[in-house]
Amino acid sequence: MTLLSGITTLIYLIASIFYLVSMIGKRPQAGGIGRWFLLGGIILHATCFGVRHSVTGGTPVTSLHESLAFFAWCLILLFLLLDLRFHLSVMGAFAAPSAFLLMIASALSPDIVVQIDPVLQSWLFPVHIIFAFLGNAAFALSFGAGVMYLLQNRMLKSKRFTGIYQLLPSLDTLDKVNYTCLSVGFPLMTLGIISGAFWANIAWGSYWSWDPKETWALLTWLLYAVLLHGRLTVGWRGRRAAIFSIIAFVFLLFTFLGVNLLLGGYHTFEAFSAL
Amino acid sequence: MNIIVVGLSHHTAPVEIREKVAFPQEAMAIPLQQMLQLPSVTEAVIVSTCNRVELYAVSRQEYVATSELKRFLANFHDLAPETLQEHLYSFSGTEAIQHVLRVAASLDSMVIGEPQILGQIKTAYAHACECNAAGVILNRFLRKAFSVAKRVRNETAIASNAVSISFAAVELARKIFDSLENKTVMLIGAGEMCELAAKHFVNNGVSKVLVTNRTFSRAEKLAAEFDGVAVSFDNFQEQLHRVDIVLSSTGAPDYVLSAKKLKEVSKARRYKPMFLIDIAVPRDIDPTANKLDSIYLYDVDDLQGVVQANLKGRQKEAARAELIVAAEVEQFCSWLTTLEVKPTIVALRQQMEQIRQGEVEKTLSNLSGLADKERQAIESMSNAIINKILHHPTHILKQKSSGADGSLYVDATRTLFDLPDAVTSDPDSDETNQ
Repeated sequence: MTLLSGITTLIYLIASIFYLVSMIGKRPQAGGIGRWFLLGGIILHATCFGVRHSVTGGTPVTSLHESLAFFAWCLILLFLLLDLRFHLSVMGAFAAPSAFLLMIASALSPDIVVQIDPVLQSWLFPVHIIFAFLGNAAFALSFGAGVMYLLQNRMLKSKRFTGIYQLLPSLDTLDKVNYTCLSVGFPLMTLGIISGAFWANIAWGSYWSWDPKETWALLTWLLYAVLLHGRLTVGWRGRRAAIFSIIAFVFLLFTFLGVNLLLGGYHTFEAFSAL
Repeated sequence: MNIIVVGLSHHTAPVEIREKVAFPQEAMAIPLQQMLQLPSVTEAVIVSTCNRVELYAVSRQEYVATSELKRFLANFHDLAPETLQEHLYSFSGTEAIQHVLRVAASLDSMVIGEPQILGQIKTAYAHACECNAAGVILNRFLRKAFSVAKRVRNETAIASNAVSISFAAVELARKIFDSLENKTVMLIGAGEMCELAAKHFVNNGVSKVLVTNRTFSRAEKLAAEFDGVAVSFDNFQEQLHRVDIVLSSTGAPDYVLSAKKLKEVSKARRYKPMFLIDIAVPRDIDPTANKLDSIYLYDVDDLQGVVQANLKGRQKEAARAELIVAAEVEQFCSWLTTLEVKPTIVALRQQMEQIRQGEVEKTLSNLSGLADKERQAIESMSNAIINKILHHPTHILKQKSSGADGSLYVDATRTLFDLPDAVTSDPDSDETNQ
C-alpha cells in the first residue's frame, strides 16, 4: 500500500465513523462532516490512480488489488452524486464503510503490476472497465437503498420504531433512489458488456466465448433487465422491487468476485499476463 | 441584587385557580406598573399563559419582595392571599435563574418540548420593555433565557417528535411519502379528530381533500371548509384508488372498508403506497389490511403508541437539556455577582492600582539619582491622583446601589473600565482554580 492510498483509506475510515455516529447517535450534523471527508477522499484517491498510471502506464484495474480500490472509488463517486440529488446522508453509513472495507481488502491482496499483453492493449479496455465498474457501483447503491427500504417498511408495518427510523428517508424517496440507481446502472452495465464484446473481438477474434464471467454477467444483466421491465411496465415498486434488487446484487457480487475466485476463465487477472 | 420568581403553574394549581390569576394580555401595563411600585421591587416581568402565571422581579430584599409579590398577585385579582398560598411557589437567586431557564426551554411544560412557551415569554418580555419595567438584569436574563431555549432546541431532539395524535399521523405520512404536496386525503365520516388531522395535513401541503359521510349535507359542509369535494357515501369506494391518505372516523358498528376491497384498490393504484388512519372505535377498516403490500393502516392505539414512544424520547432528551441549562445557570450567576457594588469598587481600585504601579515604576526607572524622599513624593502624588479620580465615581456607585438603577451603574462601570467578569472574591471560583 502506498502512502497516498493509505491516507485515502484512512479518510474513508474517518468518513465512515462520522456517518456511523450520525446514524447511531442520531446526530445528523456528523453526516455533513462525513460528506466532506468523502469528497476529499475521492479526490485524493483519483490522484492515486493518476500516479499509478504515470508509473505503470496502464489502466489501474489489472489486478484484484487495483480493481477493489477502483470499485471503492466508483461507489463513493456515485454515492456523492446521489446524496446531492436526494440528501441521503444515512446511506453514507453503508457506502463509506463499504469503500473502507474495499480499500482494506485491496491492501490485503497482492499488489502486482501486470504488464498487459500488447495484443490486449486497446482503448476499449479502459472503456469496458469503467462502464462495468460504475454500473456495479450503481447496483451496489440500489442494493443499499433496497435494504433501507425493507428496514423502513418493516418499522412502518410493525409500528415499532427504533432510532434509525428518524434518519431513514421516506419509502417514496428510497424507492426513487432504488429506481434511479437501477436506471443509471443498467445502461452502464449494458455498455460495459458491449464494449467488452468489441474488445474481445479485437483481442481474441470473437465477440462472445461463454467464459464463466460472461455467462454470469449475462445472467445478472438479464435479472436487472427483468427488474427494470417490471418497474416500467408492470408497476413493480416498493418492497417487491427492493427485494428483487437485493437478490440481483447477490448475483452481481458473484459475477464480480465469485467467478474470479471459484470458476476461472480469461477474466481472471492472471490471464492478462498468461496470454 | 437578586432575581425572584413568584408564581403558580399546572404543577401546583388546578385550572380553576390558574384562570383566576391570569393577567389579560391586552392590558399588561397596569399590573407591571403596580409591581414596580412595590417598594422592594426594581425590575418586573409578568408571564401569563393558560398553564402558568409567574412574576419575575429583581430586588435587594428577597424575603420582603417575595411576600410583597405574593400579596400583589392576590390583591390584583381580588383574592384572599390564603387561597393562593398553597398553590404558589417562589424562588430566588440561583434557583430562580434555573427555574426560568427551564421554563423557557420548555422543560417545565405539561408537554415537554412544546414550542409555545418560548413565544409567550417573549411576549411577556416585550410588554415589560414597553413599560420600561425590565432593567439591566432582567433584560440580560431574559435574553439569556431565549438563547438557552434556542440552544436546547438545536442541540437536543427535545422537540423533534410529534406528541399529539394528529401530528403523529402527519409525521408518519412523511415517512411514507417523500412530500405531501399533490397528495389526496379522503375523510370518511366527519369526526372532530378527523377534521383536526385533516387540517394538519392541509397545513403540511396536502392539496386535495375528499369528504364522504352518511349524511351528504355534512360531507358538503366539511368539504367546503377544506375547499374539497364531497363524495356520496354509497360510492366512495370507487374513488379510493385516487386517494393517498384515508382518515376514517364513522360511527359504524362494522367495517366500512374490507381488506378485500383495499387489495383491489392497491392493485388499481399499481401498488403506490397508501396510508390509512382509522380513528374510529369500533374500527372502520379491517385491520388485516395492514398485511397487504403498500398498505399502511394505523388505528387509534397505534398512533397513541407512537405518541407515547415520542414522549419517552423527549424525556430522554430532556436529561441532556438539563445539563445545558445547568451550565448556563452557572454562567449567568457568575455574571450576576459581578453586578454587586462592593466587588466592583474593589476591582476598580485594583485596576487603578495596577496601572499606577506600572507607570510609577516606568517613570522611576528612567529617573536615576532620585533621593528616597523624592521617590516617596512621586508615589504619594500618584496615589492622590487615583484617589481623587475614584472618589466621585465610588461615592455615586455606593449611593446608587440602593436605588432602582444601581445595577445599571455597576454594569456601565464594568464596561467602561473593562473590569473582568470573573469574581476573585468568590470562594467557589478559588476552589475551581486549584
